This record gives sequence, C-alpha cells and structure tokens, in this order.
Amino acid sequence: MAGFKIIKPGIFSLLQDSGRFGMHSIGLTTGGPMDTQSFNWANRLCENLTDCAAIEVTIGGLVLEADINTSIALTGADIPLTINKQPASLWQTHHINAGDRIELGFAQTGSRGYLAVAGGFQAMPSFGSRSTVPREGLGGLHQNGKPLQSGDQLQCPDVTTLPPSQCLPESQRPILTDNNSAHLRMVLGYQQDAFNSLQQQLFFSSEYKVTESSDRMGYRLNGPAIVPAVDGILSEGICLGAIQVPADGQPIVLLADRQTIGGYPKIGSVLSLDLGKLTQLTPGGTVSFEAISIEQAHNLLLLNQQQVEHTKLQPVTGGSNG
Amino acid sequence: MSASKHTIAIAGENALIIYFGDKLSAEIATQIAQAAEQLKTALGELLVDLVPSYGSLLVTYQPLKTDHYYVRNLIRQALQKLSTEAEHNQGATVSLPVYYSTESGPDLQSLADNAGLSIEEVIAIHQQTEYRVYAIGFAPGFAYLGEVDERIAAPRLATPRQKVPRGAVAIADRQTAVYPAQSPGGWNLIGLCPQRMFDPKAEPTMPVQVGDRVTFIGISREEFIALGGELVSDAKAIGGEA
Repeated sequence: MAGFKIIKPGIFSLLQDSGRFGMHSIGLTTGGPMDTQSFNWANRLCENLTDCAAIEVTIGGLVLEADINTSIALTGADIPLTINKQPASLWQTHHINAGDRIELGFAQTGSRGYLAVAGGFQAMPSFGSRSTVPREGLGGLHQNGKPLQSGDQLQCPDVTTLPPSQCLPESQRPILTDNNSAHLRMVLGYQQDAFNSLQQQLFFSSEYKVTESSDRMGYRLNGPAIVPAVDGILSEGICLGAIQVPADGQPIVLLADRQTIGGYPKIGSVLSLDLGKLTQLTPGGTVSFEAISIEQAHNLLLLNQQQVEHTKLQPVTGGSNG
Repeated sequence: MSASKHTIAIAGENALIIYFGDKLSAEIATQIAQAAEQLKTALGELLVDLVPSYGSLLVTYQPLKTDHYYVRNLIRQALQKLSTEAEHNQGATVSLPVYYSTESGPDLQSLADNAGLSIEEVIAIHQQTEYRVYAIGFAPGFAYLGEVDERIAAPRLATPRQKVPRGAVAIADRQTAVYPAQSPGGWNLIGLCPQRMFDPKAEPTMPVQVGDRVTFIGISREEFIALGGELVSDAKAIGGEA
C-alpha cells in the first residue's frame, strides 16, 4: 500500500477518526475531531464513511508528498493550500498524482483544518479507534499517541473509483467569523441548581474570552466569575461539551480529550453542533452562551442530519482552483 | 436502599446522569456496577458510553436514534430490577502485591510522622482494609480505591511531582490507588506494585473494574523484583521535586 510521506508535520497534526467510544469505564477519553462538522465534510468530499481517519491540522504548516494517485480534500480553518505550488481551494476534492507535493500554510481564520483522503488514512486501531490522544499515549499512526512527525509514511488504500472533483456549496459551509467570536447554544444540566438565577443571568449575559490554556482537553474561558453554591462534588462522568466551573468561577468547556471524570460543578453542556465554532476560535476570541431545552437540542440534531443528508456536492469543472 | 433514592438528571444533549447517593458507600458502588451491566443490555446499540463513578453513572446515548424520555424509561426499569438483586454479586476480589519501603515509597516516612505512627504501623493499616473500586479515571487504568483508614489518610502534596513512577501505591485523603503509568501526581507514595494496572495489549486490559474489591499484600524487595517490578535507580525520578 502506498500513500503519503510527511515532509513537515506542521505545528500539531494528529490522525483522528470519529473517536474512541465505549472505553470510558477504563478511563479512556473519546478523542476524535474537535470540529466534527468540518471533519465529516472532508470525509464526505472524499466519499468516505464518517469514521475514516483524517488529519487534524492545528494552525497549519503540514507538508506531504504523495506516492499514490488519489483524491484529497481540506476543510475547516482557512488554511492556504497549494498542490505543486499551485493554490487549491478548500472544501473541494482534488485529484492527486504520485509525486505531488501538498503544502498547507497557516490559518488566517480559524484554528483547525481537516485533510481527508479517499478511503481514509490507515493505521492499526487502539481500543477500536485510530484517534490520537497524546495525553494517554494512545492511538495515531504508531499507536503511541504521538503527533505526526517528519518522515512518517501514511498509508491509504488504492481506491478504484476516485470521487469526482466536487465542492461543498458555500452556503452549506460552517461559518468562520472574522471577529473570532462564537455564540454557543447549551443545555442546562448537571448541577444547574447550584447556580442561582443571578449567577445564571450573569453567565448568559456575559462575554467570555478564550484563554491561552485552551487545548483538545478543554477551552478555558475568562470573564465575569460565576459562583456555584457548592465548590466540589463527588467526581462524576463528564460528557462532551460540559461546562465546568471551578472555584475561581471561570468556566471551562470540556472537549474531545476531556478527562472522563471530575469533581467540579457543571452548569450544563454546549450543543455538539456548536463545538466546531468554539474550537475554531483562537486565544483572545470571545464566546457567549444561550440556554436551549433538550427538546430543542434533539430537534436541531435531527434537522442538521437531514440538512447534511440532503446537501448535494457541486461538481467542479475546469482547471481553475480559484 | 430502595430504587426511589435515585435521581436522573440531564447532563447534555445526549447524556443523562443517574445519582445514587452523595456519600461513598460499598452498597452504592455495587449498585452502580450492576446498573452499568443492566444498561449495557437494555440500551444495546442506543448506548454510546457509560461512566461509572463514586455516586453516579453517566449514560451517553445515540441522539439520532432515541431521546431522553425513552432512555429515562429504560433506566428506571433497569434500576427497579437492581433493587431486588443488589444483595447478590459483590464484584470480584483482587489482591495486589506491594513492596512497601522508604526506597519504593518516598512519602512513607513523612506520612508516618504526620500520623504519629511508625512506618510498620502505616504499612499494616494500609493492608487491613478491603477497598472498593469506586471510579476509574484521571488517566487510563487509574482506579480510585476507598476508603483508607482515617489514621493514615493524608492530604495531597502541596506541590505535585512531575513524575510518579508506574506502579506507585499512593494515598490522598481517604483514597488510595496504584499509578498505572508514569505521570505527574500529587498523592503520597508509600510503595510500589509490580502488577500492571493498565496494559493495552493484555486481556483484560485492567485487573480491576468499578465495583470490585481490592486488598494489598506486602511483599519483600526480592519478591517485588521476582514479580517483574522495577526500582527506578535514579532517586530523583521518584523524589520528583529536583
């Protein structure tokens, strides 16, 4: 099997599939993409199943060389892409020939890009998933949790019928705001009652800044402190998007590589559909929150699924990569 | 305990959390372990993941295939079965060998001093309790065991170590644990266990699961090495704060 050679890994590039599930009882987190929608579109553009492994490129700088004829697509953050020094569009499938050099610049807007290949990047799964979790030393190309490194040889399958050149219509692409801000819908839950109405009003009417200590485990926010009536609880399971509030009153949104259990009170959890918006923010970005009911959340998830299923990719004609 | 004591709360768009109680208790630990087993069967492919912990069980489900009303009902049914079966099946008992010494447990002396006990007394007390696995988390395979005898309970270190070796047996407040891999950590180290607590290539991956009971058995330095234990030759790797 042939594939791609990593010439430069860039700032932080990780092999990710949809995540590691069913392993919380032995303390393993899920991993998986931070911006699931962009990840899914990258796979869809390559006509892959949703759990195919792609590369999550944080900020950028990844350079690869192909030794296979295949197709790729880059989605997510606004990262300049060139194929043999020629600019190439994001959100679009590109045919690649053996010998081609694929270079990613650095994100101008957003923070994470997703590079998928037809058939998906191959690696031995660890606990059912190829997702790389550096903190656990699990998953990834060498099953040791290490980010991609120069010289790594990525294998991908020989796909007999490559996807046509196609793109996701602009209207369907997740919106990256120019002003590095996001409005996040959340479902109240967990210890919501420990936050009295004054604290809740403060939380929902304030803007919070994304701090430097934001990573795949969680985004730490800074803003008006909200104080729960309890400072600690018996450690309990943490779901994706949970908003925990430690003693200093500064919320932390827990993400793909979150710890499985924790003892800080939580006010609720961010809607998964909005986590891409959050995780594309860079430090200094701002967020605000809005509570929705769990019924609304279910409706939004179902609606989104319908929209995704009914979205038609547009054929791309001509040699222009625009 | 009756099933009516449970409460079910929303955790997120596709997660419910069942609260069994807000105190450590062996009875609750058993119930949670059983509920987890029941829900695996009851939810089948609707289940994404379960996180059992001290007093709660987090249930994550497929939100595109079901909703929280349906999952709540399944949970209630499973919990009702539980209340009649809770007396049975107390979980497995696992005994773990420990080489207790100041060489393998750099905090043993200070812990004994602060407790007003001799090192031998601390070691004996640690072995007298049959512990429960209350939760697994923090790191892959990290099992929280309780409750430690009050006489040898000790607060976390003011400054956590950068490196705690794999197999370190440690105490924090009324909890004890064996570090499954080298990691940072702020617990008081009292010995080393030669048994692997997390091995991705082994089946099962971990020797214990939530709800099991654990006892510690003191072994000699020679036995520790014979069982495959490794003493970190560089004292700084254990001593940490260097």
